[in-house]
Amino acid sequence: MRYLVSVIDDENSPDNTDRRPAISEFNERLMAEGHWVFAGGLAGTDAATVVDNRGEQAVFSDGPFVESKEFLAGVWVWEVPDLDMALKLASEASKVCDRKIEVRPFL
Amino acid sequence: MNDVEEAITRAHREEWARVVAALTRRFGDLDVAEEAAAEAFATAVERWPADGVPPNPGAWLTTTATHKAIDRIRRENKRHDKHKEAQSMHHDDPPESLGAIDDDRLRLIFTCCHPALAVEARVALTLRLVGGLTVAEIARAFLLSEGAVGQRITRAKAKIKAARIPYRVPSAEDLPARVTGVLTVLYLVFNEGYLATGPDTDPVRQDLTSEAIRLTRLIRALLPDDGEVAGLLALMLLIEARRPARVSASGELVALDEQDRGAWDRALIAEGHQLVRERLATGQAPGRYQILAAINAVHTSARDIRDTDWSQVVALYDQLVRLDPSPIVALNRAIAVAELDGPEVALAAVDRLDGALAGYHAYHVTRADLLRRLGRSRESREAYDKAIELAGNTAETAYLIRRRDQLR
Repeated sequence: MRYLVSVIDDENSPDNTDRRPAISEFNERLMAEGHWVFAGGLAGTDAATVVDNRGEQAVFSDGPFVESKEFLAGVWVWEVPDLDMALKLASEASKVCDRKIEVRPFL
Repeated sequence: MNDVEEAITRAHREEWARVVAALTRRFGDLDVAEEAAAEAFATAVERWPADGVPPNPGAWLTTTATHKAIDRIRRENKRHDKHKEAQSMHHDDPPESLGAIDDDRLRLIFTCCHPALAVEARVALTLRLVGGLTVAEIARAFLLSEGAVGQRITRAKAKIKAARIPYRVPSAEDLPARVTGVLTVLYLVFNEGYLATGPDTDPVRQDLTSEAIRLTRLIRALLPDDGEVAGLLALMLLIEARRPARVSASGELVALDEQDRGAWDRALIAEGHQLVRERLATGQAPGRYQILAAINAVHTSARDIRDTDWSQVVALYDQLVRLDPSPIVALNRAIAVAELDGPEVALAAVDRLDGALAGYHAYHVTRADLLRRLGRSRESREAYDKAIELAGNTAETAYLIRRRDQLR
């Protein structure tokens, strides 16, 4: 079972600690235990571009598709047997990243 | 009720959760299990009057439900073969340590009480799938529309399936946290049984209270050192012990001060007191259920209402207020204060809760009683009117009407 694991950042609580070493270590464990499918950190939402080609021609616009104080800072894709395992790992991920985590199953 | 109707009612009470749990385990799908169980009971209603009650109703129901489920799965597989396997619920074999006390119903209840579900959804799902209540009964119990309850249950089942919430008893390390959530739900089920709502139900539904007790016993066997599990079991036993004295022959609720204490169940009281003593002996700080159990231990130790150690009761409520400063706890504390410091002091405390509890029948019951004791008949009558309007339990309504009509 695959889950999208989103790291939720909050612009109201900036944090300058470099968490990359801890995250790397956590990733290595995910790989060793066979849960790691994909991981990636994201650039800030000010680097986002929205594309809408549902009409006559493609429209490109600057910025994220919703303005929000909370935004996606990075994602994982995990392969685990069930939600209990996903929630257990997500609890660790939340500590490692010092962020809220959303766990959502793929169809 | 004739013999067959009685057999069906009894089978529903005793076998519903077992049938749902067994089918969930076999087919890995709560929807299939619930629907097949409901169909099996409907078939029983149709067939038992003509064919007679089978010698083993539980086995008959499980077999019938299994056939219904297989039929449904065959029908659905024809429609979308590919999705079926991918969507079925995941379950492991239970951890070996569970041994003899393992129970499919326990597995079912941990799934229904999973922390990834909203609390309201857990309650509705547990009452439907474990308690066997209908959507209409749950709606009445929680003052919601049937549509809202139905949607809550449907959404919860959809999430269990889509997010793959497992069908199993949690691992040892996750158990304590998961148990807290289960206890909340069991206590709500117990309370619904103890003060059943709705004009068509018995005022006390022993099926719900005894199911809540039975499941709490199971969890206690699993977690013998958990103080709150012991506390909740003791609390339920000490309340259940008073059940025989709680409704009069004419179907009226009997308040604690008027109950025939000789009718109380001594064995349940002894067991409840023993649990409370065991918890006290550990010297650990008690949680909410242990304090409530201790309060009920004081009540059940007294020969009559005057013999009750009210200062002890108030001290325990003070302890509870520190853990749970909710208006309902404050209301119950005020009831004990009335016995210790008199109705005037208590009424002042109760009146301060007006904003929070104006829609809660017990608030008006308490006010009505305190006003009556203070000789303020007109205000008391108004409070009884309000309480009667809000009370959902038939025996309680009868009691309140009598008390109101006795006012001069």
